Amino acid sequence: MAFQTPTEQYSGKIREVTIGTGDSKVVTGGQNTLNFYNFEGTMPHRPLIAMEVYDTEPVEWAAALKDTLGDVWGDPVAWAKKCQDEFGADMICLQLASTDPNGADKSADEAAETVKAVLGAISIPLIVYGSGNADKDSEVLKKVAEVAQGQNTVIGTAVEDNYKSVAAAAMGFNQIVAGETPIDVNMAKQLNILMTNLGLPAEQILIDPAVGALGYGLEYAYSVIERDRLAALQQNDAMMQMPIIANMGREVWKTKEAKISQEEAPEWGDPTRRGILWETITAVSLLTAGTDILIMRHPESVKLVKKTLTEFGLN
Amino acid sequence: MALTGLDIYKQLPKTNCGECGVPTCLAFAMKLAAGGASLDACPHVTEEAKNALSAASAPPMRGVTIGTGDFAVKVGEELVLFRHEKTFFNAPGFALLVDDMMDEGEAVAKVEALKATKWERVGQALKANLVAVKNTSGDAAKFAGLVTKVQAATDMPLILMADSAESMEKALEVAGASKPLIYAATEGNADAFAELAKKHSAPLAVKAGSLDALGELTTKLDAAGVKDLVLDPGTRTLKETFENLVYLRRAALKKKLRPYGYPTITIPAEETDDDMMEAIHAAVYVMKYGGLIIMRDLSPEKAYPLFVLRQNIYTDPQRPMQVEQGFYPINSPDENSPVMVTTNFSLTYFIVSSEVEGSKQPAWLGVVDVEGLSVLTAWAAGKFVPERIAAFVKKSGIEEKVKHREVVIPGYVAQLSGELEDELGDWKVTVGPREASDISTFLKSYQTVNA
Repeated sequence: MAFQTPTEQYSGKIREVTIGTGDSKVVTGGQNTLNFYNFEGTMPHRPLIAMEVYDTEPVEWAAALKDTLGDVWGDPVAWAKKCQDEFGADMICLQLASTDPNGADKSADEAAETVKAVLGAISIPLIVYGSGNADKDSEVLKKVAEVAQGQNTVIGTAVEDNYKSVAAAAMGFNQIVAGETPIDVNMAKQLNILMTNLGLPAEQILIDPAVGALGYGLEYAYSVIERDRLAALQQNDAMMQMPIIANMGREVWKTKEAKISQEEAPEWGDPTRRGILWETITAVSLLTAGTDILIMRHPESVKLVKKTLTEFGLN
Repeated sequence: MALTGLDIYKQLPKTNCGECGVPTCLAFAMKLAAGGASLDACPHVTEEAKNALSAASAPPMRGVTIGTGDFAVKVGEELVLFRHEKTFFNAPGFALLVDDMMDEGEAVAKVEALKATKWERVGQALKANLVAVKNTSGDAAKFAGLVTKVQAATDMPLILMADSAESMEKALEVAGASKPLIYAATEGNADAFAELAKKHSAPLAVKAGSLDALGELTTKLDAAGVKDLVLDPGTRTLKETFENLVYLRRAALKKKLRPYGYPTITIPAEETDDDMMEAIHAAVYVMKYGGLIIMRDLSPEKAYPLFVLRQNIYTDPQRPMQVEQGFYPINSPDENSPVMVTTNFSLTYFIVSSEVEGSKQPAWLGVVDVEGLSVLTAWAAGKFVPERIAAFVKKSGIEEKVKHREVVIPGYVAQLSGELEDELGDWKVTVGPREASDISTFLKSYQTVNA
């Protein structure tokens, strides 16, 4: 008997979003099928990896991270250049942790200086994430949008409590917004509707579904992203067709499974490989579910994810 | 191909005797059509009708059990393509590969080491499930020798991998009684392997060069009376195996094609020489749609994340995982350490406990049974309420473990503090942070009165 290949065609397509400018720009989205289902549809752009850079010196990070990144900690410019030149990052994600009002509480102006310095040092596109404090982020991201004018960067995250000011800043200075909602399909759609109603073009929006790491709620993120994607492709829902960005590196590396030493947990095996795999498996799961941009931390994990993409025929 | 309720009704006795537990034959037929009942429940159905209906009432993907007793592994019987549509049922079995070209002592040591490759997480055991023994040498006696040694070293079910019927026959003389998976019937050896599978009532893996040929083989084997089959998509690259696994799952569930209605077997061990990539291939097959996964290296740092992924993906989305009620000591707390409470939703527990751990501050974390809901949801549902929290604190024995009488509650339920103090009598209630991410800062500045 001849096997009739059960392929599926979808009516919808993920919106293409261009990040960065000129020769260094990247494009994400554009696929008319589920990720890795390029046997029955097209995936014109492979998923992208943004590597994390912090504007403060990390404390108590895993030894596996210190070994490979420790020499550039405390120097966001050197860190960003290293990710670009040595580790092959597609983009840099600058995490402005220092602006957290419960932490160092650095001002928007200070943060903007760091953004300028990093932008001046790299030739790949930039993503800038605030501290996650909605009020402070709206102040900080406004300034960031201003100093990054003309660079077509991603700023984030816009949340329920600050999306008006973040979206306004993005419209004013032509940036892209990562809109964050807590692992929920309807809330993600609602935020996209609210931001587009303000006048922010749909091509300037990414969905950040607030993912959890392997073992820490990954299954929720996995299913929500799958449902987001099926709504975009099967139901052709224009307000769900934005590319998906996962801010996952920090979630992975705060788990004890990624951090803890061999002495403290001998039963979990080699700590370096364990941490790298914790991040890589989280990343590959999120990609399989439908993520387009991963924000990652360890260079070896980045290498493994890229190898996986190559094996899937996505170069 | 599936029958409607009315098609089934025509075959039933139509006596409405109710002995099946459903009042009428029509209602029973509808239930059968929806997959919610088994034809066995009807004591009066004729043999003839049974045969006609069994094909239609069988699940679209057969369940296959490998091994016997407590260590048996069941795969298959999946009903959906996406876990949110219902749930994934039978988690893939992880197998460790050894072969008869390895040093025999080394092979046995590898199998022995697997005994320690297990952990508990959220009350569930995370462990490897099978051992695959491969006849790389082609020598039947050598193969049977290794199978004997491996069988003595483990209680786990075996997957016997050989091309020749002679090797397989010898190995089955050793291990046939424990229902190993016979791997694999191919176009060249199908008749002989079918006989061996029938003789030992053992499940049989099937491998072919294309999905077409695979379907022809399973049809032939089914006709020969071998029902418990496992499908090897035959490909050995991530891209092609992934593609075939998607096609096989769709063919079974959406097209209801019987020749493809079986669980699958994947072999990352044969797809890459890179140990890290082997883990990544396995991870992809945990998600889509591996039934058995054979690895040559299951060192703990690979096995643990893979088993956690398997647990995550196979958790029923409708039923959140729960942590057992009780006080959990974190960072070696003593009689002066803070006492905190939260809910027993596993995700809540994991996030809160990891934040407390990360703070390096000792604490007693109390987990209240609210049927697996998060703090706000449990509060809204009337389950995370002063009476229940107070009863838990009083009965938990924490009063013997600490000298002070102060309990920290999540910031989101600050409104409970007054009533909880009334319920608890001599306890003082402190409102902690709303978000887990602020716990570290909170604990570093928080001191109980007695400390």
